[in-house]
Amino acid sequence: MLDLKITPVIERKALRINPAKTCQPIGAMYAALGIHRCLPYSHGSQGCCSYHRSHLTRHFKEPVMAATSSFTEGASVFGGQPNLLQGLETVFSVYDPDVVAVHTTCLSETIGDDIPQIIGEAKNRAVIPDGKFVIHASTPSYVGSHVVGFATMCMAMATYFATPIDAKPRSTDRRQVNVVPGFVDPSDMREIRRLVEATGLKVTMFPDTSGVMDAPQTGHHIFYPDGGVTVEELKNLGRGVATLGLGHWASRAAAVEVENRAAVPRELLDLPIGIGATDRFLQVLADRGGEIPASVERERGQLVDLMVDTQQHFHGKKVAIFGDPDHVLALTEFCRDLGMVPVHVLTGTPGKRFVSQATEILKAKSPTANIRAEGDLFELHQWIKKEPVDLLLGTSYGKYIARAEDVPLVRVGWPILDRAGHSLMPTLGYQGAIRLTSRMLDALLDRRDRDAADHEFELVL
Amino acid sequence: MIKPDNVLAPSAVAVAAVDVDAARTRDLGSPAPVPVLPPGTPEPGSLTADLLAPYPDKVRRKRTKHIVVNDPRVVPQIEANTRTAPGMISQRGCCYAGCKGVVLGPVTDILHIVHGPVGCSYYAWLTRRNQAIVPEGEANYLPYAFTTDMSENEIIFGGEKKLAAAIREAYEIFHPKAIAVFATCPVGLIGDDVHAVATQMRKELGINVFGFSCEGYKGVSQSAGHHIANNGLFAHVVGTEDLPEELRSNPWRVNLLGEYNIGGDAFELERLFARCGVELISTFSGNAQYSELARSHEANLNLVMCHRSISYMAEMMESRYGIPWLKINFIGADATAKSLRKIARYFDDAALIARVEVVIAEELAQVEPVRAEVRARVSGRPVMLYVGGSRAHHYQHLFADLNMPVVAAGYEFAHRDDYEGDAIRSTIVTDADSRNIEELVVGPDSVAYQPRKSDLERVELEAGGVRLGSYEGMMAEMPKGALVVDDISHHELEQLIELYRPALVCSGIKDKYVIEKMGVPCKQLHNYDYGGPYAGFRGAINFYEEIDRMVNAEVWRLVAPPWTSRTITVV
Repeated sequence: MLDLKITPVIERKALRINPAKTCQPIGAMYAALGIHRCLPYSHGSQGCCSYHRSHLTRHFKEPVMAATSSFTEGASVFGGQPNLLQGLETVFSVYDPDVVAVHTTCLSETIGDDIPQIIGEAKNRAVIPDGKFVIHASTPSYVGSHVVGFATMCMAMATYFATPIDAKPRSTDRRQVNVVPGFVDPSDMREIRRLVEATGLKVTMFPDTSGVMDAPQTGHHIFYPDGGVTVEELKNLGRGVATLGLGHWASRAAAVEVENRAAVPRELLDLPIGIGATDRFLQVLADRGGEIPASVERERGQLVDLMVDTQQHFHGKKVAIFGDPDHVLALTEFCRDLGMVPVHVLTGTPGKRFVSQATEILKAKSPTANIRAEGDLFELHQWIKKEPVDLLLGTSYGKYIARAEDVPLVRVGWPILDRAGHSLMPTLGYQGAIRLTSRMLDALLDRRDRDAADHEFELVL
Repeated sequence: MIKPDNVLAPSAVAVAAVDVDAARTRDLGSPAPVPVLPPGTPEPGSLTADLLAPYPDKVRRKRTKHIVVNDPRVVPQIEANTRTAPGMISQRGCCYAGCKGVVLGPVTDILHIVHGPVGCSYYAWLTRRNQAIVPEGEANYLPYAFTTDMSENEIIFGGEKKLAAAIREAYEIFHPKAIAVFATCPVGLIGDDVHAVATQMRKELGINVFGFSCEGYKGVSQSAGHHIANNGLFAHVVGTEDLPEELRSNPWRVNLLGEYNIGGDAFELERLFARCGVELISTFSGNAQYSELARSHEANLNLVMCHRSISYMAEMMESRYGIPWLKINFIGADATAKSLRKIARYFDDAALIARVEVVIAEELAQVEPVRAEVRARVSGRPVMLYVGGSRAHHYQHLFADLNMPVVAAGYEFAHRDDYEGDAIRSTIVTDADSRNIEELVVGPDSVAYQPRKSDLERVELEAGGVRLGSYEGMMAEMPKGALVVDDISHHELEQLIELYRPALVCSGIKDKYVIEKMGVPCKQLHNYDYGGPYAGFRGAINFYEEIDRMVNAEVWRLVAPPWTSRTITVV
């Protein structure tokens, strides 16, 4: 139980307790899994690769294939070039990837390994077979968070492959939009693709882990499952009429990079969780030539209907929300729209923008909310002790606070380590919002039923 | 630990009826019977060449030495504890994982601060399932992660000041008994001295603060971290407190070394010790508290579970305090019975011997019906184990209980002695990676050294099959013709599953879903798939039932849709 030492809360300057973030490389590894036939490659100690594979596996309940440079003390002193060269040779001969996506670690960053130079050396020595690619992202663990690592690897995809394409599409071609989906589940990426295609547009989504991180049980392990953005698609990013970056932290860098490299304008949006952010996402698709079909409008109407039907249960309920910044901001807006009062809003990832955006969302409905970027779960727990909530929204790490404070937890975001099925069903889009509303309602009403006195325990609610 | 309550002592009548002389002369030295390989098991003869074909030449040459065909009588030499080639998809982790994650992490009331960027602390937070029940009102830091969360600024200008401030803040909020500090990769590179900061803070705060230089790049796997953890615990904790008077009356005092209480294994062993009347002074380090480790030098016998991670501690405690160590194994019902008998034989007390015999008889009476029922459904079905540094050996005893033959096995981070037995230890060549891990030179303590057994007593014990200070290794207890693979790669694992089509593979989280995608159930032996305990007698019952569930689950029959003609091999 997390039951120790609640007051007084001292202001901490050095000690992080129960972080609400982890380090960059795991985000880079997850992003790289969304390239077709790509093997993520961790340039550092083998422990990093092992930890990242393990933790991603715990969330997705799927194989996570990745290789490592397996630094020893010698490599740490003399540089990791021999390790990376040998690693690439082994990887190409044993695992035959189309793309190797190298990310760095605090170790290789601290000693200053120059990855592009080593990749150049690998080309000189013919370690990289013809038609194969090695890309890289610089992801020091002591900067940003796992979300930044994800964003940086997404950007690397654009850096290595995006080029301007002048050829005008023929009138019969579908218009292409590029989408950077953010650090979300394969089910969410699948849902984004469904929504874009429903508007008649063609989509190049990068990365795309659907198919890869939600592979079916067939009795066969497919090392590179049928999914992921292809190199061919990445090379054709320049054909897009726009690149939609979903979520400032996870997707902005890549959308900007496509604009810089391939002269495709960027559209920076919030992660489409909840009704407002999904509306804005579809509005941009409409503005870029898509046509919102009646079927999608019906989904929206069903969501609004559900919100009308259930608003009495949500109204005025206090909620604490933590997790990755793009998720938390969108969830905060959605909770507000449901009539809830977000009183504690926290992300572990740094970024002043988080505070200003959350403040803007809550200025009318919850002007005194606690809002923190680069915070931790010990701090969140202290806030909840001082001002209790009816519901906690966040990752599995919230379960310790939920138990200590006897608050229902709805799991959303990454990682979810203690439940299964989340990566098969979307949280994004109208369908995701319907599911999220339903799960939050279940949590609140299960609690109401549990706590109700006999005479207030009711069949119909 | 809280001593288990409601433990039934065996009845005096039953104890009095035990034929102690017969128990005293029982042979405890002969190896346990090993299930033979079933007919049709693939011949591993030319296998290695096929397995290694895709590797670059240099890698192939190295890997060849890590793969051998077993002969339990003339155990062949295997290469182990050497570098994993870059680019291999390996099971292995790092030095820090072995030090903080495995050995120190389970201690409930040491406040562990990880000095480094946030990830190292984050990943070792609540992921190993070390359980603990702490006395009311006492600290339990297991649900917490503490880190200096180093930023770029500290990487450039040094992080010692931030570390000192973090220790101060931790003390101010929590007032722990002790604080341990763990160095991560960049800390070693930028030259932060965690030991100097620890010393400074020990003086400032008046509590024990100690550091570990367990940077991830040290050594070749978690194994280096185990050694560093052993050294630090021995230097800074063991022998710093006295045993309370009330615990001195019982001479049957033991420490349990290398038991991390995953899934509650240590709880089951605490129960068994309590039933037998054996006083458990400390466990390194499952369900452990700081003070228990600090007074562990007052035990009269060290029991070694995980030889790989804790043998250093056993040897140092013998050198300084004269406490012998005994390799035991509480995984498997027969193995547990034998281990308890060895402990009784060591203390050579008729009352203890009789009591242990009654406990074994009563516990086995609970085990046998379940074993018989499950065994009928799983007997003869082949198993592979690739895991850890001792579990790949220990769990073979549970499969022997069920007559499930082990066709192939290997460790993730063990050394040659864990495979071949420690008789070969003097022949292990120390390479550059191992040489960098400090070997503490420990001699007898001028006051506290007190050999618990004379040379003559040791000889007598050995004649009865109780060999002190010795480990026979895995291979002596594996079938002839079984394949032994050290530090298996993903490629090799997949090939071997295709070849053997085992009924079950035991491995870890990174392999689990690969194996299950192949239609083969995988039992995780690091985290037990969130089940357990599997140690002791009740643990054996749990494990039998678990294996029955896994290999006979209906779901495997549902993999192929009815409208396809594809057939899935279900063993």
